[in-house]
Amino acid sequence: MLTAASQARRQAEGQARGQTGIQARAGLRFRGAGRRFGTLAGLVGLCLLLWILTPHFLTVANALNVMEQTSINAIVAVGMTYVIVSGGIDLSVGSLLALSGVVLAEALKSGWPAPFAVAASFGVGAAAGLANGLGIALGRLPPFIMTLGMMSVARGAALLVTDGRPVSGFSSGFRSLATGHVLGVPSPIVFTLAIYAAAALVLSRTRFGRYVYGIGGNEEATRLSGVEVRFHKTIVYGVSGLTSAIAALLLTARLNSAQPIAGINYELDAIAATVIGGTSLTGGEGSLGGTIVGALIMGVLRNGLNLLGVSSFLQQLVIGAVIIAAVLVDLMLKEKRG
Amino acid sequence: MTHPATAPVLSMRGIRKAFPGVVALDGVDFTLRAGEVHVLLGENGAGKSTLMKILSGAYRRDAGEITVDGRPVSIGSPRDAQALGIATIYQELSLVPQLTVAENILLGHEPSRAGWIDRRRLEADARQSLRDAGLDIDPQRRVDRLGIAEQQMVEVAKALFRHARVIVMDEPTSALTVREIDRLFGVIRRVTAASVAVVYISHRMRELTEIGDRVTVLRDGRNVGTFTLSDVSTGDLVRLMANRDVRDHFPRRRGAIGEELLRIDHLCGPSGGPVVNDVSLVVRRGEIVGLAGLMGAGRTELARIIIGADPPSAGNVVLDGRPVPPSSPRRAIRAGIGFLPEDRKRHGLVMTLSVCENIGLPNLARWSRGGIVSRRAERAEADRWVGELRIKTPHAGERVVRLSGGTQQKVVLARSLAADAKLFVMDEPTRGVDVGAKVEIYELMNRLTDAGAGILMISSELPEVLGMSDRIYVMRRGRIEAEFDASAASEERVLQAALGLAC
Repeated sequence: MLTAASQARRQAEGQARGQTGIQARAGLRFRGAGRRFGTLAGLVGLCLLLWILTPHFLTVANALNVMEQTSINAIVAVGMTYVIVSGGIDLSVGSLLALSGVVLAEALKSGWPAPFAVAASFGVGAAAGLANGLGIALGRLPPFIMTLGMMSVARGAALLVTDGRPVSGFSSGFRSLATGHVLGVPSPIVFTLAIYAAAALVLSRTRFGRYVYGIGGNEEATRLSGVEVRFHKTIVYGVSGLTSAIAALLLTARLNSAQPIAGINYELDAIAATVIGGTSLTGGEGSLGGTIVGALIMGVLRNGLNLLGVSSFLQQLVIGAVIIAAVLVDLMLKEKRG
Repeated sequence: MTHPATAPVLSMRGIRKAFPGVVALDGVDFTLRAGEVHVLLGENGAGKSTLMKILSGAYRRDAGEITVDGRPVSIGSPRDAQALGIATIYQELSLVPQLTVAENILLGHEPSRAGWIDRRRLEADARQSLRDAGLDIDPQRRVDRLGIAEQQMVEVAKALFRHARVIVMDEPTSALTVREIDRLFGVIRRVTAASVAVVYISHRMRELTEIGDRVTVLRDGRNVGTFTLSDVSTGDLVRLMANRDVRDHFPRRRGAIGEELLRIDHLCGPSGGPVVNDVSLVVRRGEIVGLAGLMGAGRTELARIIIGADPPSAGNVVLDGRPVPPSSPRRAIRAGIGFLPEDRKRHGLVMTLSVCENIGLPNLARWSRGGIVSRRAERAEADRWVGELRIKTPHAGERVVRLSGGTQQKVVLARSLAADAKLFVMDEPTRGVDVGAKVEIYELMNRLTDAGAGILMISSELPEVLGMSDRIYVMRRGRIEAEFDASAASEERVLQAALGLAC
């Protein structure tokens, strides 16, 4: 069955390719479109299943709820997608989220105007990300090791800054960043969509984005093509630190509190969203469109299992199995396509 | 022992093997007698490695028959070869460096008692095999503490432990000192005295007469003769290896040669592991300069220094009178140096990107504004080069991984052309390319030189070097061994220089 389906898709792809210049150009734009549509089909199928299983799933309120809850992971996954497309991995995103969050909270608490506090928080997140990048690009440390170390360093720094205690209680103006609405849509969703639009444009339209694909696809060939690989690799990790800080901003505003122990295991969710979204862990392939669908699959699955009253223990098990199955199917399809 | 000295232990008849676009072996006969050292000779690409890979089970033959002790056998995998007593010792040794000599010799055959390795027997067995090979190496030493020569000898002992009756040695002396070579020859004599047959592949002519009994010369995938070594002269063998006149098949149009374009002065490197040793050469406008030599002569290393991939330890690269900053591919490209790597998949293309995106990599700065790539400019340039070079792709958005080898090569070339390269360093430009695409690439080289570009072409195919070059440098052991004008060069002379036999 799998074979027949993938063959049919291959044929369809082939036909689309053979048609006109416009379609050819579209093929260039939607890199790996077939894979993303596969993931999208998975999301739609999951929604249909939940619609049948529970009346509470398909309501406007629940849909907005799912998207709002997904927004934090989705934003962290933006940076993760950049990193994984470049052929790396970033295990420090959860800790960087916590560190940026407590920096933000402490700054606000000591009376900084919100824009300055936010700038400081983003600065810390991006700087820690750039430090990851420098260790990897200049120090030639494996990304796994460098970001594993940073994971612990940033967590320790967050605990030190706050003495291990949460920092809570902000102005309602600040909190409205996460609790407000834009044209009836909760602002975290608006934030997320805006970030995805901007990040997708950068990844698909700019030189930097192209180099990210090149580095992940074949670092040496990209270097020999005259691209400053080390510089661009460093920036990639900076982007990841920055998106963690943006997620921290939303999380802090939503919870009205910044916790030094926030974001534990967020790297796993972000990696899962990225990989379910069709980004190859070996680098060079992937898209943010896939990642947002991957993040939604994770969010919908959690929400649906909650609505169905599945215990949180069983939920963990199911989600883990879905991640493995999604990547397994993807690998099999890839092998079929050669 | 049980074999009389002349009994054929192994015979290969009518062996044929084709790869896409090239027939590597075309009906080769090869007979090996017990206890002999049989030298396999031929220039790069003559089919030696392919023949030995069929023997060791790495490749499957397309046609032909192999018999061991007169019985037909089928060798479908390295396991089969081992079961038949055929052992191959490659240039890159296949020992586990962290294990001891004894552990390596018995790897996969560890004597055990109730699941625990019997170390005493392990070492005793290893010692016995080492003794059979006439070696005095401590079986308890870790392999990474041994020199390359000793590691090679451990490989011989390992083969003996596995009851090898045929040992294939591929360029065993290329990394050894004279002393070590003597020791290795001692080991070889000892094993052949015990009726083991040795196939010996080497380019060092002087050694061959010292260690070899018989020699088989391969040329273009055919056996052009098997002789007793004492009956033939070195000169005869070189003539047999070369002996062709195929220059006419190459469509080189020789035009006007202009002024000096590239000058390399006393270049050494790469720093850290120097291979290239004091190389100076010149390429002029409109000229194709061939760089010949054996594998490992330092040609690719030289190319990599020129294009900025590796840092030189001394010397300069000057293009158009201006020094090219070292060790930066970016600056080399900006100076006007284009590169066609030997291994397109590793050093040339990003396989996950499209034709258009690959061509764009070094050129995006010019095709973008404020960091945003102008798709129109990129697309227009890519379409132009696809048309100009007749790159066979459905459209410029196709991923390069779907294209054939020759087409991929043209994409790499298009990238350099789009970057306004004046000098092209081409490392094996037609390797892995089918015949039709080869001619097209030669034609493109003509067009480039017509337009005033210079080409430095590394090639291991002598007919290509002779057919396409205006001038030829021959490299050997990191140095320029000889320089020929194309009109004065012959396969024989180039080969002699590459082998170090030049008068």
